[in-house]
Amino acid sequence: MGMMKIQEQAQQQDHESFGMNFVRRNRDRHFKILMIWIVALVLIGFKIFNYLEAGNKERRKEVLTSMCDQRAIMLQDQFSVSVNHVHALALMVSTFHYYKNPSAIDQETFADYTACTSFERPLMSGVAYAQRVVNSERESFEREHNWTIKTMDREPSPLRDEYAPVIFSQETLSYLESLDMMSGEEDRENILRARATGKAVLTSPFRLLGSHHLGVVLTFPVYKSRLPPSPSLEERVKATAGYVGGAFDVESLVDKLLRQLAAHEIILVNVYDITNTSNHLIMYGIQNEEGDTSLVHISKLDFGDPSRKHQMVCRYHQKEPIPWNAIAPAGCFFLIGFLVGYMLYSAAIHIVKIDDDFIKMQELKVRAEAADVAKSQFLATVSHEIRTPMNGVLGMLGLLLDTDLSSTQRDFAQTAQVCGRALIALINEVLDRAKIEAGKLELEAVPFDLRTILDDVLSLFSEKSRNKGVEFAVFVSDKVPDVVMGDPGRFRQIVTNLVGNSVKFTERGHIFVKVHLAEPSNTMTIKKSETSLNGGTKEGLGTSGDCQFKTLSGFEAADERNSWDTFKHLIADEEFHLDSSSNRVAAYETSDHVTLMVCVEDTGIGIPLHAQDRIFMPFMQADSSTSRNYGGTGIGLSISKCLVERMGGQISFVSRPQIGSTFFFTAVFERCKKNAFKEVKKPISEDLPSGFKGLKAILVDGKPVRAAVTRYHLKRLGIHVELASSIKKGVALFARNGSSISGNVMQPDIILVEKDLWISGEDAGMNMLQLDWKQNGHVFKLPKMILLATNINNVEFQQAKAAGFSDTVIMKPLRASMVAACLQQVGIGKKRLPGKDMNNETPFLQNLLSGRKILVVDDNRVNRRVAAGALKKFGAHVECADSGKAALDLLKLPHSFDACFMDIQMPEMDGFEATRRIRQMESEANKQMNGESTVEEAARKGEWHTPVLAMTADVIHATYEECLKCGMDGYVSKPFQEENLYQAVAKIFESKPVLEP
Amino acid sequence: MERNQTRRQIAGMRQSLFDQGLVDEQFVQLEELQDDANPNFVEEVATLYYRDSSRLIQNLDQALEKSPLDFNKLDNYMHQLKGSSSSIGAKKVKAECTHFKEYCRTANREGCMRSFQQLKKEYALLKKKLEAYFQMARQAGPSNATCRPK
Repeated sequence: MGMMKIQEQAQQQDHESFGMNFVRRNRDRHFKILMIWIVALVLIGFKIFNYLEAGNKERRKEVLTSMCDQRAIMLQDQFSVSVNHVHALALMVSTFHYYKNPSAIDQETFADYTACTSFERPLMSGVAYAQRVVNSERESFEREHNWTIKTMDREPSPLRDEYAPVIFSQETLSYLESLDMMSGEEDRENILRARATGKAVLTSPFRLLGSHHLGVVLTFPVYKSRLPPSPSLEERVKATAGYVGGAFDVESLVDKLLRQLAAHEIILVNVYDITNTSNHLIMYGIQNEEGDTSLVHISKLDFGDPSRKHQMVCRYHQKEPIPWNAIAPAGCFFLIGFLVGYMLYSAAIHIVKIDDDFIKMQELKVRAEAADVAKSQFLATVSHEIRTPMNGVLGMLGLLLDTDLSSTQRDFAQTAQVCGRALIALINEVLDRAKIEAGKLELEAVPFDLRTILDDVLSLFSEKSRNKGVEFAVFVSDKVPDVVMGDPGRFRQIVTNLVGNSVKFTERGHIFVKVHLAEPSNTMTIKKSETSLNGGTKEGLGTSGDCQFKTLSGFEAADERNSWDTFKHLIADEEFHLDSSSNRVAAYETSDHVTLMVCVEDTGIGIPLHAQDRIFMPFMQADSSTSRNYGGTGIGLSISKCLVERMGGQISFVSRPQIGSTFFFTAVFERCKKNAFKEVKKPISEDLPSGFKGLKAILVDGKPVRAAVTRYHLKRLGIHVELASSIKKGVALFARNGSSISGNVMQPDIILVEKDLWISGEDAGMNMLQLDWKQNGHVFKLPKMILLATNINNVEFQQAKAAGFSDTVIMKPLRASMVAACLQQVGIGKKRLPGKDMNNETPFLQNLLSGRKILVVDDNRVNRRVAAGALKKFGAHVECADSGKAALDLLKLPHSFDACFMDIQMPEMDGFEATRRIRQMESEANKQMNGESTVEEAARKGEWHTPVLAMTADVIHATYEECLKCGMDGYVSKPFQEENLYQAVAKIFESKPVLEP
Repeated sequence: MERNQTRRQIAGMRQSLFDQGLVDEQFVQLEELQDDANPNFVEEVATLYYRDSSRLIQNLDQALEKSPLDFNKLDNYMHQLKGSSSSIGAKKVKAECTHFKEYCRTANREGCMRSFQQLKKEYALLKKKLEAYFQMARQAGPSNATCRPK
């Protein structure tokens, strides 16, 4: 799942980066691209419009064409139907009028018949028959019909060659009767043409008589005798009897016809007679240019008269409508395209802007970071630079204090020194902080003994806590390994800091430092036991008294975790582990790291709630009055936090105002390998006297947590401890042990009693104890009774003595080495150096120096004597020389000196020169030896190199370097300081075993 | 009883040496070096010191009379005196030596003179006190258990 997501993201990023790249590459051309896009859009839109518009036009034209053709065909059909019918009528007239004698047709018959058959001639307003009358027959004709031939103007006809008076007419044309058709121009021409061709003939359009509509007249000849096939003109004229004519009232009749068709109103139809090509005569329609003249369709019409040509012209009634169906899609296309383009454009602009901003931000960020680093570096540099002269100031103040000063002057100087020290401390802190911020802090990884470190911290603050009357204790769980790998200095710094704060803010009660493993199994057991033993706690409280809390001092603590109820399970757990020690070891060896949980608990003033969230910020104190009342800068906790985080841990706290604070932190250390551990053990861990192993003690203490701490320290000395919660119980325990001497039960060597229990009026029990003891008449020596106290005054001390306690009171805070010293003082435990104090280096110096032969070179007799005395004290054989020359004489090879202590400033030949010469001698001897190595010299294993240590009063760096340069192995301060001497001697003798026994 | 009193007297004298700032921790260390093998170690060293230092002071006296002053030589002498003094733990004398050397370094004749006078005064005082102390200690007997100051 995760992989896929990542891939997706990567792809997305690819996409994005492509788009981004495009946008970034063309950052200046965005507007141009937009413009090009718009132009392209316009062009494409126009194309689309054109395409659609062309389609429209095509369609319109097609529609027009089809409509026009349809109309033309229809008109033509109707026309030819009419013509055919007129033809039939002509034949009928010739048949019934001329071939029958007498004529079977008269006006009445004709009128009836034509009226009845007028539906056959839809386009004709009427038909009539005119008889051919030649001038010679005019009179007889007029007589016969009883009227005179009239012209069209209803005048009696003038004399002509022939006439064509209408004898029969349809009712609609009755006004034509007796009118000579040959008197009208068009009719006459028509008649002549019809007679000549024998076919239907049309006139050009003209205004018809009667209706005054535009119309044409159709004329058909009627022959009285049958014509020969292909008759000549004369034969036709001769045979002609008359003419059937019909009027096409084109205007009204065509109108009627067209009206019957669908969509008649959208097109305009004109019908023209185009026989005369130069002058088109309109037959139908409106002459003036109306409607849409841009699109015209012309259809040919054939009315059956070959000599006349007609055409139909159609056009749309209305101009072409605005082509919305073409404009809309094109417009939409353009609009959408434009919007998309604009969106992309603005997005690109936005991206570019954000991109610019981002780059700007990044620049600023880099600058800010650089500034931060610069700040830290500046702080570091400045702090360092201030430190150097401050050291000078402090040194000079120290010298000043050594001089003879009046008390006021001394006071001033001391104040100045204290201030200077405070300033140095502050600068160191700032430097630390700056170092951490600049990332320059390197944590060491060296093996160290945690318990020793904690003892150091304890001794650092023991004086202060004792003065305040505050109980102060350190407890390290047995599960914590003796030696761990880590940075002891930094660890000490954190603990010192937290404890320092606690000491500063605590006026009563206790300060309790507890270290245990922060392993998950551990916390689990604690939780489990917490739940299972809820009932038990109340009971315990009842016996211990009214408002006592089961903490170290009985005061309430902010966090319950350190109270006895949980604490005892920790111890119990440990004991269980101790029983099955193989398991424990197995469990321990599995992981390379140990996570330690350190708690520093106090019952001080606590941290105000409002300040709790900023307590780890640098230079922040609970409130401004804090620094006034208690001093300090408030940088310590923030440094501690940084350090803890560097150690892979976390720091937190629980605090309740007026009750106290508990700080916890975890730190991850590496476990020490077993072999490494053995190698380093001596230098790193304080060597506790081993003379107490196997001793047994009864500890009388009513407060379980305190008892556990005491037991922890005694256990480190190898003393087995039994607990008793009161003196009475202690007595009981003791008595029980005493009565069964024969067994291997505990025979206590020491009884330790807490002062507050003894003070609280149990002298009786004490006396009883002794009484009991005496009564039993033991053969064993009495156990020593020792009082444990935080503070004790003289009166109490005397009382204690009277009650049978030993001279020495073990003062709190407890420290294993201090307890050991006290115990030795009262004569418990074997002392290795009778009559001497418990100085740490002494036994080692003794070891290193005893039996060694050492040459001391100093021109100053006093110094020589003192140095010799000091070295002799440690069991060395000392010889003296008062000058460099004398020393050279003594060191002529071969000699038996193991080391040489050399003063530097001597007259004639100083220490440097002397050493140089010694080395010269040695190297010559070595060369020789290599050449001709004798058995004897080979036995001295290797080469001559007598360790030479400089003795100097002013131990400054330059001198040390010069010492090394001229072949010395180290230096010691003069007069000897044991620690310094030990270090130097240890360095040169460590590798070499003692030659003489 | 009398012996006890002497002891107390000795202890008082010893304490006064510290209280007046004549001697320092180094003196205690010397006392520590004193054991059955070297029962009179401190006195022995002190005697050596007197002998040595009186010679040096004499040298210095002579050197200071010369004109112009040979500051280098003076510094050399004074260095030796300072070394001896610090070995025995003569705190005030040593401090004065330091001053003197400082003046030497800056070639301050006036300062040297003044400082030397002061030095001689301190030296005499110390000598007087120590001699009295040792005499008393000798009288008290060989088992003058010098208890450490608490």
